[in-house]
Amino acid sequence: MKRVVSNMAGVILEFLVKPGDQVAVDQDVVMLESMKMQIPIQSTVAGTVKSFKVGEGDFVDDGGTIMEIE
Amino acid sequence: MTSNDERLAAEIERIKKGGAEKYHARNREQKKLFARDRLKLLLDDGKIEFEDGMFAESNNPELPSDAVITGVGRIFGRPVAFSASDSTVKAGAAGEKSVQKNLRIQDMAMQMRIPMFYLIDSAGARITDQVRLFPGRNQGGRTFYNQIKMSGVVPQISIMFGPSPAGAAYTPAFADITIMVEGNASAYLGSPRMAEMVTREMVTLEEMGGARMHCTVSGLGDFLVASEEEAIQVAREYFRYMPQNYLGKPADAGAVAPASDRPLQDIVPQAQNRPFNMYEFINSLVDGGSFLEIKKLFAPELITGFARLNGRAVGIVANQPRVKGGVLFVDSSDKGTRFVNTCNAFNIPLLFLADVSGFMIGSAVEKAGIIRHGAKFIAAVSQAVVPKISVIVRKCYGAGLYAMAGPAFGTDAVIALPTAQIAVMGPEAAINAVYANQIAAMPEEQREPFRKKMEAHYAEDIDIFHLASELIVDTITPFESLRGELIARYSIYQTKEARFSECRNPIYPV
Repeated sequence: MKRVVSNMAGVILEFLVKPGDQVAVDQDVVMLESMKMQIPIQSTVAGTVKSFKVGEGDFVDDGGTIMEIE
Repeated sequence: MTSNDERLAAEIERIKKGGAEKYHARNREQKKLFARDRLKLLLDDGKIEFEDGMFAESNNPELPSDAVITGVGRIFGRPVAFSASDSTVKAGAAGEKSVQKNLRIQDMAMQMRIPMFYLIDSAGARITDQVRLFPGRNQGGRTFYNQIKMSGVVPQISIMFGPSPAGAAYTPAFADITIMVEGNASAYLGSPRMAEMVTREMVTLEEMGGARMHCTVSGLGDFLVASEEEAIQVAREYFRYMPQNYLGKPADAGAVAPASDRPLQDIVPQAQNRPFNMYEFINSLVDGGSFLEIKKLFAPELITGFARLNGRAVGIVANQPRVKGGVLFVDSSDKGTRFVNTCNAFNIPLLFLADVSGFMIGSAVEKAGIIRHGAKFIAAVSQAVVPKISVIVRKCYGAGLYAMAGPAFGTDAVIALPTAQIAVMGPEAAINAVYANQIAAMPEEQREPFRKKMEAHYAEDIDIFHLASELIVDTITPFESLRGELIARYSIYQTKEARFSECRNPIYPV
């Protein structure tokens, strides 16, 4: 299973895709909030969004899994 | 012809062929070019002007040129010295004479003050020859000593077509710039087999010392390229921005309009916390086609690269709000330091494009040394005496203002755009910091109105017109005038002469 991970610690502000969506490499898939900034996180893999591992408003650490892609 | 004439002609022909055909065939399998063919691509008209030590070890038919070609050619008409390892001879591993040849060409480059190119594809050093090439005064270590002495005097450009293991891994490290061909270039101190013995890890060569790893994680590599031809093209493009030595300035080019006509004010959001793409800002600001990014894949929250404004070279240091919010980390501090030092060494004016909420906080980055790495970056910016302009694009908070050449750092001009905001921290964080206890003691319904009132006061205090009236920034420039303003200022600043300080050496953090 491929994963999208956060590249810094922060709070999930908004998902930009939903389960079942096709995503491409470098596509913005989630908006994180950290250091008072809205920070788009990109998928490093292509595929279909299978599931979210965190919810909006949840904290995610640097390297933490945000969603699974298959 | 005398017998010696015939012998000479035959010897030159033999030596120029390099090693045995089977090694040329292996190179072809690996999509590698022969060292002399690489030089043909690198040099004007494919021509070596002269070569020293061609006959090194000529009595041994297995060691043409002793596995390295050294000499001088021209790029854009300018003389450059080169050392090119020949992987068809002993897999490019250095012997006694190879080291002597390298020392000779480095000495020549230093004395003539001409740039030095290292074309690397070497299995390292021949351990069987170690006493004659490794430990002594004029042996292997001296090549690194020379590189260090040449650093900042003449440009040193390394192109890695193959391996550079163990001690040889320091050659790209001491060069100004390292271009790595993906799949073939590698650098590591100990091989995967040695690492397995010491650390018990099972790791591939690519994982441990491959080109992609070095260009994305370690930061040893500056450019990751797909082919040898691309590597040489990038080296030439980089060299366009370099003078011959520290006494010169990069040559001007013809002025070109920006590649994008999208107005800058359409790119920068009014809200301080919304992301935008700094590449779009750069594309609408600098001469079209001129931007050459350095370390694109490493610490991408900070963008560094050369560009031109009306044909004149500048080095750009820009925060990238789309990546990690543009916040500065340990790696981005390293990246900025190295780039600023390069620009200062070779008389390339600096342009900072600031949109930064500061350095990252938290125990992970504190343990990684964010304070000393940030201090190193700020020190590099301070000691840079080339023309230095900081454009405050949007927010510029805390020590981010220092790193991005704020007013206190010998900056020739601090230009604010209408979206600029300079402060110790943003309004929300500041009110929390100052009034947290007071707010906590209030009844719930009073907290938010109080917070909003205080934030409004704070925003007035850090209003950019207030800062301009206090001469904190030199001017506020409309977006549409920024390019013209920068061109005008750099034109005036080009005659700047300055020294930072006199001492044996500074003791900045590293």
